Amino acid sequence: MNFVRKVWAIVAKDVVAEFHSREVVSAMLVFAVLATLVFSFALDLRGDVARVAAPGILWVTVAFAGTLGLSRSLAREQQSGCIDGLLLAPMDRSVIFFGKAIGNLVFMVVVEVMLLPLCAVLFDVPLLQAGVLIVMGLGTAGYAAIGTLLAGIAVNTRAREVMLPVLLLPLAVPVLIASVRAVSGLLEGGTLADVGSWIGLLVAYDVIVVVVSMLVFGYVLEE
Amino acid sequence: MAKKGDFVGLFLILSSAAAILLALTMIFIYAPREAVMGDVQRIFYFHVASAWVGFFAFFVTFLAGIGYLAGGGRRWDSVASSSAEIGLTFIAMTVITGALWARPVWGVYWTWEPRLTISAVQLLVYVAYGMLRVSVEEPERRARFAAVYGIVAFVTVPLSWFAIRWWRSIHPDILTGGEEMSITPRMAHTLLVSLAAFTLLYVALLRQRVRLERLGDALAYLRSRFERLPR
Amino acid sequence: MIQVRDLSKSFGPRKALDRVCLSIGAGECVALMGPNGAGKTTLLRILASLSRPTSGTVHVAGLDPRRDGAEVGRRIGFLSHQTLLYDDLTAEQNLRFYAHLYDLGAASQRVDELLKRVGLDVRRGDRVRALSRGMQQRLAVARAILHHPQVLLLDEPFAGLDLQAVQALASLLEELVEEDCTILMATHSLERGLALGRRVIVLKQGSIVYDRPREVIDSTVFAESYRALTT
Repeated sequence: MNFVRKVWAIVAKDVVAEFHSREVVSAMLVFAVLATLVFSFALDLRGDVARVAAPGILWVTVAFAGTLGLSRSLAREQQSGCIDGLLLAPMDRSVIFFGKAIGNLVFMVVVEVMLLPLCAVLFDVPLLQAGVLIVMGLGTAGYAAIGTLLAGIAVNTRAREVMLPVLLLPLAVPVLIASVRAVSGLLEGGTLADVGSWIGLLVAYDVIVVVVSMLVFGYVLEE
Repeated sequence: MAKKGDFVGLFLILSSAAAILLALTMIFIYAPREAVMGDVQRIFYFHVASAWVGFFAFFVTFLAGIGYLAGGGRRWDSVASSSAEIGLTFIAMTVITGALWARPVWGVYWTWEPRLTISAVQLLVYVAYGMLRVSVEEPERRARFAAVYGIVAFVTVPLSWFAIRWWRSIHPDILTGGEEMSITPRMAHTLLVSLAAFTLLYVALLRQRVRLERLGDALAYLRSRFERLPR
Repeated sequence: MIQVRDLSKSFGPRKALDRVCLSIGAGECVALMGPNGAGKTTLLRILASLSRPTSGTVHVAGLDPRRDGAEVGRRIGFLSHQTLLYDDLTAEQNLRFYAHLYDLGAASQRVDELLKRVGLDVRRGDRVRALSRGMQQRLAVARAILHHPQVLLLDEPFAGLDLQAVQALASLLEELVEEDCTILMATHSLERGLALGRRVIVLKQGSIVYDRPREVIDSTVFAESYRALTT
């Protein structure tokens, strides 16, 4: 139970700090909205074309905005050497992993909550349905988990934040394909059962990625 | 360091050279001319063999990464980075031969055919691995980060494969769908020999590349000692 | 309390610590001095289990930081020139956060007690960002002793502080010495080191070049000897 309490303490700390400074969510949100608008103009998205492209644009936007948030969130621990504060505490390294990953998930979800209605309106697609929300949740969870691990690496390289998309996107291919296909299927009137295999893939990805990231995260934090 | 010849290395080089020659002979002479595509189809052997090595090399990087993190030491990291370098070359060959094959057969250089797509994704993973290594200066950290990335990246590859496969099965390419190549026994023999030859080549190259790493380390060490000497 | 035998640490070809041997008993207060790059920070980080030695043995409060890193964390406090505090949280929120991480019972009381002790009770609701550097450092001390550590490791704690802040911090540390806390403080400032330390150790290029109890040191000539030792 101590484990859960400490993970929760880290998540709460990130949420409160974000509440005060608003730097992570605002960066993600501004980027996400801008990207969505730019896509709409550049691809001249109207009518049927918009409806077909919507899930893809939504996820590309979430993915790139996500890298911004993930970087910022890890960079915050580097300020004032706070990561040492976490490493000094008497707890397993995995507490830090889950605390940061769940915090990152929360931030991404907050941005998605604002992005979904926007896309629903712009592209005229019924995004606000339970099935879509579930898919978004599963996809974001896997992305946040592996993203937290890779952000931990990226933030310690010469190229810093620029490194994260390079590392993350090739590994996020399963999430991107599965989530976009699943949302697409749901928008065309399918049920969750119809997109069941995609959801299965997302769940498998989430489980595998969370377990592996948790196991190796300690090696990333070492000096 | 006693100056002895690297007999194993030499043996590997010679035997892989022989194997490649054998494979080339079989590819161009022994294997039949394919009914539908003609001689162009012979690229298939190079394409599949390099794909095999391209993915196998990453598996080796994965294992070497685990070995390193388990306390293995610099040797394991050298194998990991060398294998990744060689793997990158072979997977690039896979993508290029795929494009060269696609053009005469289907009229376009690129299709989102599952095998080609997963090769492209693997190429990106290799590039990312390489960029990561270049971006970290301290050697121990570089090895550690590379090992972590090699491990995590490897476990997502099968998932990417399924995702891509299922995606392409929903919208099969009008161009490539339905064009199945029938494999005769002669083609099967040629393919097996090609796979073996390329694998042997990989091992020979790996050994040389690891040796090169080791020499590089020795040089760096000597340099640092030299710079410490009082003038 | 602190036992170090043949401790070496290398970053690639660079040797930061070279077979250091050190023994510090319970309740001792040691000033660790030396020029930049001498290895003071490296040594403290290894003792705090934030860094791993390349070779040698380390024991802090009876434990090996390599094996029991988490338990060692419970017994030591660490203060650096970085505050390890979250700028966007208030003073009180920071201490509460750490109280949770250290499983402190009666967390609220302990936080109140410490805020009063370091004289920040009035400013408890202010973001750390809004506090002066001196106040931030005082809060950092509160964070470091929150969990009643047996050993306190300090890395240049006086860096960047104005005179008033230095005095406030110095008297806080004096109190801790009275309370039998084992203290190892790395500092540039000869004045601070001699004022606080009951034993002085000088590190140069990864090796200990001086180790004497405070009583035998004549502060007027020490500056000269120190310069001679460290060039």
